[in-house]
Amino acid sequence: MSSKTGEVILEIEGLKKYYDQKAVLDGINLSIKRGEVAVVIGPSGCGKTTLLKCVNGLEAHQEGSIRVDGKEVGSDDFSWIAARQKIGMVFQSYDLFPHMTVIDNILLGPVQVQRRDRAEVTLQADALLERVGLADRRGDYPRQLSGGQKQRIAIVRALCMNPDIMLFDEVTASLDPEMVREVLDVMLGLARQGMTMLIVTHEMEFAKAVADRIIFMDGGVIAEESDAKTFFKSPATERARRFLNTFYFE
Amino acid sequence: MPNSGFNVLLSVNNLRRLALGLCGTLEIAMISVVISVVLGVFYGLLMTKKNRFIYVLCRVYLDAFRIVPILVWLFLLFFGSAIVFHTDLDGVTVSVIIFSMWGTAEMGDIVRGTVSSIPTHQWQSAQALGLTQWQVHRFVIIPQALRRIAPSAINLITRMVKTTSLVVFVGVTEILRVGKQIIEFNMMKNPMASFWIYGFIFFVYFLICYPISKFSKKLEKKWSY
Amino acid sequence: MSLNWDFIVEVIPIYRSAIILTIRIAIIGVVLSIIVGAVCSLINYYKVRGLNLLVRAYIELSRNTPLVIQLFFLYYGLPKLGIMLSNEACAILGLTFLGGSYMAESLRSGLEAVSRVQVELGLSIGLNTFQLIRFVIFPQAMSIAMPALGANCIFLIKETSVVSIIALRDLMSVTKELIGMYYNTTESLMLLVVCYLLLLLPVSFLLIFVERRLRYAEFGV
Repeated sequence: MSSKTGEVILEIEGLKKYYDQKAVLDGINLSIKRGEVAVVIGPSGCGKTTLLKCVNGLEAHQEGSIRVDGKEVGSDDFSWIAARQKIGMVFQSYDLFPHMTVIDNILLGPVQVQRRDRAEVTLQADALLERVGLADRRGDYPRQLSGGQKQRIAIVRALCMNPDIMLFDEVTASLDPEMVREVLDVMLGLARQGMTMLIVTHEMEFAKAVADRIIFMDGGVIAEESDAKTFFKSPATERARRFLNTFYFE
Repeated sequence: MPNSGFNVLLSVNNLRRLALGLCGTLEIAMISVVISVVLGVFYGLLMTKKNRFIYVLCRVYLDAFRIVPILVWLFLLFFGSAIVFHTDLDGVTVSVIIFSMWGTAEMGDIVRGTVSSIPTHQWQSAQALGLTQWQVHRFVIIPQALRRIAPSAINLITRMVKTTSLVVFVGVTEILRVGKQIIEFNMMKNPMASFWIYGFIFFVYFLICYPISKFSKKLEKKWSY
Repeated sequence: MSLNWDFIVEVIPIYRSAIILTIRIAIIGVVLSIIVGAVCSLINYYKVRGLNLLVRAYIELSRNTPLVIQLFFLYYGLPKLGIMLSNEACAILGLTFLGGSYMAESLRSGLEAVSRVQVELGLSIGLNTFQLIRFVIFPQAMSIAMPALGANCIFLIKETSVVSIIALRDLMSVTKELIGMYYNTTESLMLLVVCYLLLLLPVSFLLIFVERRLRYAEFGV
């Protein structure tokens, strides 16, 4: 969460991904500035999750480029392993490593991958746990935690790597309804502190509250892009209007 | 390769003798399998009964065969029969008895595991349809159980065929012993014989067991749902 | 039917050296089996080109042939090719040849049970392949495979009972010898069973204990 707000941190150009012959991502262009919160919404199967996984190199793309901090990911001098340390990711399944305690889950990346000092990371981890209200669970195993708690820990785990940008992939979609709020609150807090975030979600109210920008995807392309207020009040495209309508009962 | 020794395998007489030895072993295996399957089903169903005493008794029987090696069991009956029954049992009888007892335990455990793995809602929904106890078994439980039992039961055949190689320890003339005789007979003119004969026996066992275990794996895949 | 205690006391040292031999073969064999199994399971899991097929062939060959036959081939067959091994080395090699495939299959199903999500999680925090195996995949696969690995251990210890076929003085051959020499059948057989129970009961109790611990620590999602 460093200084220079406004510079482009993530830049995606002409990104294409196929499964067999079918294009899942059909030419995505997107750039995210430091400190910006972008929310990706769209019907299921539109490629949102695939987009996030491509950004983190968990799915290989066939065409186009992804640049983080100006450097193309996957090139010789900027490997995916290096890139993933700058890109934190939180998944829909609120899985932690089941054989490790909460604190070990958090420390694994910073200590083993980034080779940082254990004591220093522990301090940071404890501070973050405190912030998400789970300081007393640091020695617990994942099976002792609720889904919402696990997801908050997963966020802390990603944050502890000091990433430049955080990806959230429908992080509340598998949670019990009463646990959704606690996770969204943590994300809202992060946004207010200026964390750069790319969020995929189905929580429209949350999107409205947190987003600087809404990216509406449909059929593997970005169909519409605007600030939150405009998008929810008067979406420009028919597709977006239809999509938004599915959330209301009349 | 005149002296490679491979020609011991080309002798019709030798092959015939090996085959006969093998048939003896397989016969013991097959008889034991049949007895095991029949008794094992009853034994397994007995174990699913909710009687604590019966269960413990069955469990002890099963664990006795799980913990003590089969070869030790063979020895016990082979050498011990004279003391207990005042009669000597020959190796074949001893083998069939022990393999069947062991097979019954294993088969029973397969049956028990399968029957108790059929979810209770299957029983309940069948009963809710108004089926009688017998009909529930006939139309719901047995067809499902059979599909789950088949792969492990077939796999048990492989295990029993492999285990029958132990009969050489209780003096049964089987393939290994025949092999040994052929090797000794050819000792002078064919020193490589033991490599080929034992290699051949090794391969024959593989040729018998491999298709069976492959088949069992295929069934497992096909019937897993 | 009263027992001849003098005889028992007299032959206990013989049984002791036999049981020590069995333990030695079993321990070395089991450890080597786990190592072979781990390597093979990783080759299968990652489908390492060239090696994968070889490992599959080895596993099928080993699982579909009895140990007795494997030992015969190793002990009587291989020397003809100029490969001479002591009978104890043969027993250990045979046990490893057999056990390696059983361990490999158990470990492989453990590896395959580790979910794709866990792999992605590990990758997303920047772990490399080696770290991913070491910190994420292997510990989980091991505990999933633990009951099967334990059963394999017991299976292998029991399988050592056939090593007398290659002229090793183990419990079986000692028993047979004593019966043949002194006709103290009851005592000899009793000692045989007692020795195997001494060997196997502690192992199976240990396994039950470990399994309980594991079940307690079961990874809930």
